[in-house]
Amino acid sequence: MTAIQISGLTKDYQIGFWRKRPWRALDGLSLEVERGEVFGFLGHNGAGKTTTLKLLTGLIFPTAGTAKVLGKPVGQPETFRHLGYLPENPYFYDYLTAQELLDYFAHFFQMDAGLRVRRREEMLKLVGLDSFRDMPLRKFSKGMLQRIGIAQAVLHDPEIVLLDEPMSGLDPMGRREVRDLIVQMKAEGKTVFFSTHILSDVEALCDRVAILNRGKLVGVGRLSELLRQRSGVEAVVECASSCSAELQHLASKPVTVSGGQYRLEIQEENMPRFLAFCQTEGVRLVSLNPIRASLEDYFTELSQSASDGEHVSSGVSAL
Amino acid sequence: MNSSPVLAVTLNTFREAVRDRILYNLVAFAVILIASAVLFGQISIGIEKIILINLGLSSISVFGLLIAIFLGINLVFKEIDKRSLYALLSKPVRRWQFLLGKFLGLNVTLLVNTIFMTAGFWAALYYLNRKFERQDQFIWVAIYFILLELSLVTAICLFFSCFSTPVLSAVFTFLLYIIGSFSADIRGFGELTHSAPLKALSTFVYYLVPNFSDFSVAAPVAHGKAVPGTLVLLNTIYTLCYASVLLVASMAVFSRKDLK
Ligand SMILES: Nc1ncnc2c1ncn2[C@@H]1O[C@H](COP(=O)(O)OP(=O)(O)O)[C@@H](O)[C@H]1O
Ligand SMILES: [Mg+2]
Repeated sequence: MTAIQISGLTKDYQIGFWRKRPWRALDGLSLEVERGEVFGFLGHNGAGKTTTLKLLTGLIFPTAGTAKVLGKPVGQPETFRHLGYLPENPYFYDYLTAQELLDYFAHFFQMDAGLRVRRREEMLKLVGLDSFRDMPLRKFSKGMLQRIGIAQAVLHDPEIVLLDEPMSGLDPMGRREVRDLIVQMKAEGKTVFFSTHILSDVEALCDRVAILNRGKLVGVGRLSELLRQRSGVEAVVECASSCSAELQHLASKPVTVSGGQYRLEIQEENMPRFLAFCQTEGVRLVSLNPIRASLEDYFTELSQSASDGEHVSSGVSAL
Repeated sequence: MNSSPVLAVTLNTFREAVRDRILYNLVAFAVILIASAVLFGQISIGIEKIILINLGLSSISVFGLLIAIFLGINLVFKEIDKRSLYALLSKPVRRWQFLLGKFLGLNVTLLVNTIFMTAGFWAALYYLNRKFERQDQFIWVAIYFILLELSLVTAICLFFSCFSTPVLSAVFTFLLYIIGSFSADIRGFGELTHSAPLKALSTFVYYLVPNFSDFSVAAPVAHGKAVPGTLVLLNTIYTLCYASVLLVASMAVFSRKDLK
């Protein structure tokens, strides 16, 4: 069964002070997250991750498209019994203490007093705020707020957890703890959907990822699948400019030039032809490196080709 | 069980007010005012009781009003602005329940606050007179009307704060309160004028703005006059209807609002 079903989800914000005009923050996003999956939602700042999560919690309303959580339309009180949400840079009632905040939120889940206390204690321990329970939240640091935010998101032991940049504001220890927590939730069969711009977090954790760029989905799939597309070598060569057309022909993506050196990527299957070309044309090989199969490269490449695509290709044609 | 989200929000709203310093400042002010009323009453021999009742009731009303507006304009806006709503509304609570809880929470705050001021007021009255008289019971009616008035002001504030900034909400609410306090005069003007459009306008305004002039009975009560039971009934029904309409309108606006 699918945990989260998103289809054609689009959101326009009205911007501009005098003359309001729509700004498309999310453009026709379609995505399915299976139960029990840890799903990474990647994108640069402003890509539309927070917008998507707010649409999934019913905090904002879509311009077009639909989103369902556990088969039900979003925003229903019933759904929230099974859904936990950590907002981006969370802020809570600063006149409450950590303990009071959890107690307050627990009231919405029809927990009896015993369960309430038990869950509260477990959560405070889980996020390491046990000794800060009586401190008012206005004295909390960003990282501590992030921790109490995580605690309130999983307070009611939800099946699906939405986390908006869960590692942000945390120290290395904190990041490690959040990672462990996500692993633990996966082991319990929970679905975790989290947004981030930090790739190492995704690489270590996720079953599948989706990559968002300027509101559009640019890639989705298993990590291994996304990474396989990027096998090959990166070559740096020096040669006469007359060779550039053929080099571009062999390369799997636009060739870049700097300091008289050509930098190009070559797929495995093109390697023999490339090497033969270098020998016959007297191309000097400066370096040859296997492309590190990392999501980071995939990510930057995708984002770059989408944003400065025209720029790069025009640069090559000018060679 | 169904009303428990509302109750939780109500109690938390009250807790916020109790922990807010502004409340204590205002209560302190009220105490000072009542104390000075006593002093003032001792100087002007003969009419001291009338003055004390007038001053006491007005200060309860004015300080209640200040608290209602100060807290009312931020009731919803602050939660949107500071984004504390994100975590709350992703719990099993509907937006209308949140709004109703907020409204009731501020009403509880105002009630508790009025109880404290009223206690001080009765104490001052006793200090001055050394006895209570039969007609003093109508002071309770005057205080009840103040509570109705405050409840209505809260509803107005809540309504405005669903779509405008705190400052604007305060200005709108205050203007509406002033106009509403003169609503009887507006109607009187409509009856006097010969211009048909003006007559229509004043009738329209009279029915649109909350009729606060019917809530001020301090003057007759101070003179020991009775408040008719029908007025109590009418004011109660009026407040219930007017506040309900405002609340439902606020809920309609708020339920469709993008919390961005
Ligand atoms: N309330 C808003 N009003 C107008 N534009 C917004 C609003 N919130 C976000 N945006 C715009 O929508 C885009 C996506 O933002 P967001 O979803 O916050 O991205 P992310 O979380 O991936 O950093 C950005 O271009 C941002 O400027
Ligand atoms: Mg974001």
